[in-house]
Amino acid sequence: MSYPTDRKYTKEHEWITPDGAIGITNHAQDSLGDIVFVDLPKVGTELTAGKPFGTVESVKAVSDLFAPVSGTVTATNEELATSPEKVNKDAHGAWMLKIKIKDPSELNALLSAADYDKFVSEEAGH
Amino acid sequence: MKKHTTRKATRHISQNEGLIFEKSSPGKAAWKLPPLDVPEVDTSKLLGSSERKTLGSMPEVSEIEIIRHFTRLSTWNYAIDLGMYPLGSCTMKYNPRVNEFVSRVEGLANAHPYQPEKISQGALRILKTLSDCLIEITGMDAITLQPAAGAQGELTGLLMMRAYHQSQGNARKKILIPDSAHGTNPATAATVGYAVENLKSNDRGMVDVAALAAQMNEDVAALMVTNPNTLGVFEQKIHKIAGLLHEKGGLLYMDGANMNALVGKARPGDFGVDVMHLNLHKTFSTPHGGGGPGSGPVAIKKILEPFLPMPIVITKPDGTLGFEYNRPQSVGRVRAFYGNFGMFTRALAYIFANGPDGLRQTTEDAVLNANYIRKGLEGVYDLPYETPSMHEVVFSDKVQSKKGVRTMDLAKRLIDYGFHPYTTAFPLIVPGALMIEPTESEPLEELDLFIEAMKSIAEEVEEDPQFVLDAPHNTRISRLDETAAARKPILRWKRE
Repeated sequence: MSYPTDRKYTKEHEWITPDGAIGITNHAQDSLGDIVFVDLPKVGTELTAGKPFGTVESVKAVSDLFAPVSGTVTATNEELATSPEKVNKDAHGAWMLKIKIKDPSELNALLSAADYDKFVSEEAGH
Repeated sequence: MKKHTTRKATRHISQNEGLIFEKSSPGKAAWKLPPLDVPEVDTSKLLGSSERKTLGSMPEVSEIEIIRHFTRLSTWNYAIDLGMYPLGSCTMKYNPRVNEFVSRVEGLANAHPYQPEKISQGALRILKTLSDCLIEITGMDAITLQPAAGAQGELTGLLMMRAYHQSQGNARKKILIPDSAHGTNPATAATVGYAVENLKSNDRGMVDVAALAAQMNEDVAALMVTNPNTLGVFEQKIHKIAGLLHEKGGLLYMDGANMNALVGKARPGDFGVDVMHLNLHKTFSTPHGGGGPGSGPVAIKKILEPFLPMPIVITKPDGTLGFEYNRPQSVGRVRAFYGNFGMFTRALAYIFANGPDGLRQTTEDAVLNANYIRKGLEGVYDLPYETPSMHEVVFSDKVQSKKGVRTMDLAKRLIDYGFHPYTTAFPLIVPGALMIEPTESEPLEELDLFIEAMKSIAEEVEEDPQFVLDAPHNTRISRLDETAAARKPILRWKRE
């Protein structure tokens, strides 16, 4: 799997673009299995880097979504309320949130596409 | 493909059956009331607008149709009385018939919770004796039998713990929970108002003591630990873990879901646990999984005693038993009356029928059976943690997933072999987990059939993975679309 290089990744398997779109990675959707529900915060909610901001529910489990960086929610992808399968079909296209990033330098601490790919293959090695 | 035989299961005619509403036709009935022999009452005068004039759409069927309806449905079912139910972490052990006999004794089955204490001495004696037995088994100081099942037990335990911390002047903020925990643990902590902090397991599948030491401080109210944990691994450093908590004034909560591996062998009270729940419907053989209700007593150390739910059972000066309601520090009542009493008679019957040596052997057999399966399937399925197993063993689908077959697919195929599936995809720290708990109930022959079935499925994966992906093949209905069921659930039948 090659991961898009236009964005950054977290060890909790989220991605974020420089303009603040957030989603989960293809690896995440693959390990979760069929996603049936995505619970997202309202526009205006303040996110804190590393803290949970919502949940994603699959036929297997409910998992927390973690904020890659701090910021304020400016939009949520309402399409996911009725069509959560979009995350399975195109994880890197199906954004969940858009946020106004508080401090763009926080992005520097996140993983590059190559680093994330390496992280995922090491994690699977256990 | 080589023909794989299923020695345990065979094809068998099972009858189709619709909904009871679909069988209904006007005027059919399975009852006839005797003529009215008291003066008739004007119900609309008594009830006014609350009076219900019609029954709505109730099914009208004859007695034989009712009997056949439920009998036919029952033949579609799978139950422990038919075969092994290796659902890991759930402890689906056999429910001995003596439990049912005792719970149906007229004076117990028909006892009313409001009957006076002086004619409830037998029922009170059961509450007292069961409490004493469970305190002895867990090594704790006191117990409440009220909680209705495990998750409510957790809630009750944490409410008592919070009340304790409050009485010390600081309710504290956080609860630490290992990443191998049951999902109910973080849910309970959050419900009680605590922040949950995740604790990573080490490479042996145990709590990382160094990580705990680093995360432990005066903000931590408790650590919620399951022991043995959900990998079926005993937390060997449990004493040290308890010490780290106690040093900073924290408490150790134990989820007793896996107590089946400890009864008669080790007592949580002796290894530093301050509060724990038991699942009578797991460890103590009361019905479970649709047959309940459950029961989740919470055993505690002395420091938590003032906070027990009320009422508690006490021995009065005249030697009789009674309820004590005057408990100013109590967290209150958590369940109507005294808990699920029918489960107490069953659990006590189980404890008495086994006796101390019998309970000890139960534990030994549960551990032996799990390790027999581990040995039988090692090398066929990946074993992610090689730490010794207690009462259950966790494999992964690492080998089979290379052919695109995952734990859920293997479980579906297992149904064709006449077994209930094991627990799939849990614990979450093992990707593609197969969590297998045979319990002590299983004879060697059934264990061998299970191992044979699992080996046969592994061979099928190598030869024809698609065949396994399409399983089950021999059931009434083929694989259900679980995703569609979750995304677009149809929750009720509607008359057309």
